[in-house]
Amino acid sequence: MSTTTETTAMAPPAGALTVEPVRVTVPKHSVASELRAIRIVWRRDLIRFVNDRVRIAASLVQPLLFLFVMGSGLQAISSAGTHGVDLKTFIYPGILCIAVMFTAMFSAASIVWDREFGFLREMMVAPVRRSSIVIGKCLGGATVASTQGVIMLLLAPLVHVPYDPVLILGILGLQLLLAFSITAFGVMVAARIKQMQSFFGVMQMVVMPMFFISGALFPVAGLPGWLAVLNRLDPLTYAVDPMRRLVFGHLSISPAARAALDPGVTWFGWHVPALLEAGMVLLLGLVMLAVAIWEFSTSE
Amino acid sequence: MASEAQPADGRAIEVRALAKTYREVQAVKGVDFDVAAGEVFGFLGPNGAGKTTTINMLCTLVKPTAGSATVAGHDVVRERDDVRRNIGLVFQDPTLDSYLTGAQNLKLHAELYGIESSLVAPRMRQVLTMVGLWDRRDTAVGTYSGGMRRRLEIARGLMHSPRVLFLDEPTIGLDPQTRRSIWSYIRELQQREQITIFMTTHYMDEAEWCDRIAIMDHGKIVALEAPETLKAQVGTDRVTIQTDDDDAAIGALAERFGITARISEGAVAFGVPEGEHFVPRLFSELGMPIRAVSVSRPTLDDVFMSYTGSTIRDAEEDQSKHRNRVMMQMMGGRR
Ligand SMILES: Nc1ncnc2c1ncn2[C@@H]1O[C@H](COP(=O)(O)OP(=O)(O)OP(=O)(O)O)[C@@H](O)[C@H]1O
Ligand SMILES: [Mg+2]
Repeated sequence: MSTTTETTAMAPPAGALTVEPVRVTVPKHSVASELRAIRIVWRRDLIRFVNDRVRIAASLVQPLLFLFVMGSGLQAISSAGTHGVDLKTFIYPGILCIAVMFTAMFSAASIVWDREFGFLREMMVAPVRRSSIVIGKCLGGATVASTQGVIMLLLAPLVHVPYDPVLILGILGLQLLLAFSITAFGVMVAARIKQMQSFFGVMQMVVMPMFFISGALFPVAGLPGWLAVLNRLDPLTYAVDPMRRLVFGHLSISPAARAALDPGVTWFGWHVPALLEAGMVLLLGLVMLAVAIWEFSTSE
Repeated sequence: MASEAQPADGRAIEVRALAKTYREVQAVKGVDFDVAAGEVFGFLGPNGAGKTTTINMLCTLVKPTAGSATVAGHDVVRERDDVRRNIGLVFQDPTLDSYLTGAQNLKLHAELYGIESSLVAPRMRQVLTMVGLWDRRDTAVGTYSGGMRRRLEIARGLMHSPRVLFLDEPTIGLDPQTRRSIWSYIRELQQREQITIFMTTHYMDEAEWCDRIAIMDHGKIVALEAPETLKAQVGTDRVTIQTDDDDAAIGALAERFGITARISEGAVAFGVPEGEHFVPRLFSELGMPIRAVSVSRPTLDDVFMSYTGSTIRDAEEDQSKHRNRVMMQMMGGRR
């Protein structure tokens, strides 16, 4: 910085004392002030995301690797089982989910950082409820992650998935839902964790297994017993499955391929409807949001 | 805040038997004090004395274990929102968004507090001008120097015209010149905006800028006075003399005046009341040549020493040892 700014700063500007201070008032607490607080937290997350190009790029790397490197690499040995469907097409719905997941995770991570060093502490003394801060954060994470999801969505033609308005809206809706729940999960964890490293440790320990078990990379029928059980318990399964049904609903493939690749999740033989699956993701997200709010309101 | 009545007796802060215990640590052990409206009140103490914990309780961030406090006439536990609307807080550690510009940081703050939008721009201009950052308002905070960030945080704390401004170590880690400039803002502010300022520091020399200071040590207030009064209570001035034979001089001082002197920084040093009046006697009665003499008024360092029995630096070393031990216990015992 220039030295002149420092030196002029030493002496208060001439005449400053003679100016009447502009007095502002802080209004009493109201619903409007909470909505405003939610909006501010949400918007700040967006600004932060836009400013952080490295993060945008970093959270794209993993899904792209899975989709194109793994998808193309394993194509040769898997083609017998995919009934002529490109492996990339098969894993695409799963990739749409994890793209959102990683971004939402990063978004929630910032709460750990902010708590120690940033704006979050500032917000903690503002005349607003902590619940508004948490809700704003979850909405912010969901929005940011969905933006990221849109980038993955643009790749659809490369993996032989058509652009279709209904499909696109459906995917966006599911992504928003998943991103919201994952952010709520992240915020819930962040409330109890003070260090960035431990936060990522926990996330790695939870999110990676969740991803691998979810069926993002394999069909969920005919699994060995232990894996089938884990798969049905994994919440992410219920985000990946409706996503796959949605995408496969817009593909023209043979019935045999459909049966093999998109069997749908079953509970003791009962086909779980996609709407119920999405509802479960939402419910889980709301429960975690409630826990996060409770944690933040009671913590010091 | 014309709509709200000042506390009748003109007190901005009232604290009664306020205490906070964190599991095994008694951070604040029951403190009592009042701060008058418009006062600059300093909280002085070594690391770990409980200054930040006290501020956090007054700012409603931490619930007291016992006792009560009101800030701007509102109870910090029962009327949390009202307290929050009336205070500004500058944290010990920076809490700015470094990827945002100075103006954007203040704007977020103004919105969070619900300041009427037509007043945001003029108010922002005023506070930024006061801390000398108006010209830099559109550059990212990441490019600011430490002193500029601190000033921006002070400006932010002022955005919503608080009645009481809390500053937790506003000058820590800054060079003496910047520290002085921050102090002149604080003083100017107090006059201009008629607000009460509660601040902590562990620089002894800064305490002299305050109207009154409380000395805190190990969670207790050990002294609370105007800086001048505190210094007067220590009573003695510090005299240092240089002679050709320091040992002989110490002997002569003990024999003729009954004074215990010691060697400090290569000179003979001792304390006497009214040092200026003692010097003539010293020259005529010591019975040996004196090459140089200096008399200094007691500093707050001496004050701290006389109340706590250690210099602030010694106290901090003790504290950090203690802290390390507690940290080890916590790391071993939990999570
Ligand atoms: N959240 C906490 N949990 C446990 N102990 C705490 C917590 N906050 C503070 N303490 C302990 O309370 C004591 C007082 O801490 P405090 O931060 O109030 O000191 P301070 O006077 O502000 O010191 P410094 O000059 O270092 O800022 C210390 O022993 C500290 O370890
Ligand atoms: Mg402190």
